[in-house]
Amino acid sequence: MDEAIRAGVVEIAGHGGDPIRAYFAEPLESGSRPGMVVIHHMPGLDRQTKETVRRFAAQGYFAISPNLYWREAPGAEPDDAAAAARARGGVPDDRLVGDVGGAADFLRARPLASGKVGVIGYCSGGRQAVLAACHLPMQAAVDCYGAFVVGQPPEGFPIPISNLTAQLPNLGCPLLGLFGEDDQHPSPAETAELDALLTGHGKEHDFTTYPGAGHAFFAVDRPSYRPEAAVDGWGRIFAFLGRTLEG
Amino acid sequence: MCTYLTKRLGVAGSGKGAAGWMRVTDATVYLDHPAHAPADHTLNIDLLNPDLGPAARVALELEPRSARELAEAILEMLAAETVPPAA
Repeated sequence: MDEAIRAGVVEIAGHGGDPIRAYFAEPLESGSRPGMVVIHHMPGLDRQTKETVRRFAAQGYFAISPNLYWREAPGAEPDDAAAAARARGGVPDDRLVGDVGGAADFLRARPLASGKVGVIGYCSGGRQAVLAACHLPMQAAVDCYGAFVVGQPPEGFPIPISNLTAQLPNLGCPLLGLFGEDDQHPSPAETAELDALLTGHGKEHDFTTYPGAGHAFFAVDRPSYRPEAAVDGWGRIFAFLGRTLEG
Repeated sequence: MCTYLTKRLGVAGSGKGAAGWMRVTDATVYLDHPAHAPADHTLNIDLLNPDLGPAARVALELEPRSARELAEAILEMLAAETVPPAA
């Protein structure tokens, strides 16, 4: 059967070797393949995130999304897990890096893995994709409207998240950024600041800001969905990954 | 956007969740993406009992105007009673 994929939940070693669950998908046809780590958004490892993982597998990638809330809420529904994680302060940055690193190791250990792995995240995951790419050996990173890569995070968040400006010199791979012109976090001024910082550091990056789109324009089941931006964005993502991971 | 902003407080009372009535001990309040409501952002309230696990939760996702009207209604009701101040 051509174009078949297999998808399901696996256990991986996350930050500090902690066993955590992850949603994994792979094409069944043989052949050397790169991998993609999909960082879920704050609502958790939900149906939409799993669809994204399967989309990458259908496109020929090993793809995985680690459940960043597994420790707080093993086996819980995604929305309950997200609520539990938020009530306990969210995901610390060092733990995020460890979990994404464990997911990337899992992909690289697949018998047919090419060894090249990228990371993509949406919303809060967009910031975390950049964070991961500053600390882990990644070959590509995609930031979809991640807030507080630059700019000032809010006071009062239980875990004080910081922007990533001091970490950007460590970005180790090309970065694709996809943003909405009507978004406030990140605002066009903030993505312009990020653009300038990366240029100053000599980091390869490619940013697109879509007019008429705000935050979460990829989210097909939300009012924020903007099909023109989303369709063009997906095209840019796969062109970018084809160049960085499959070349 | 993900606002990240979250208010947390301890509460005393009961709520009815997926498994029936339970004591609730914690609340979180945040303006952020909903899981279900057809809106970009809602005022979300979780009433929780962490000792009973993540599913021990009563969840609300309210459009901001509704949340404000609800808050005013709560305060109006409480003003009609003699409620001891917070300790």
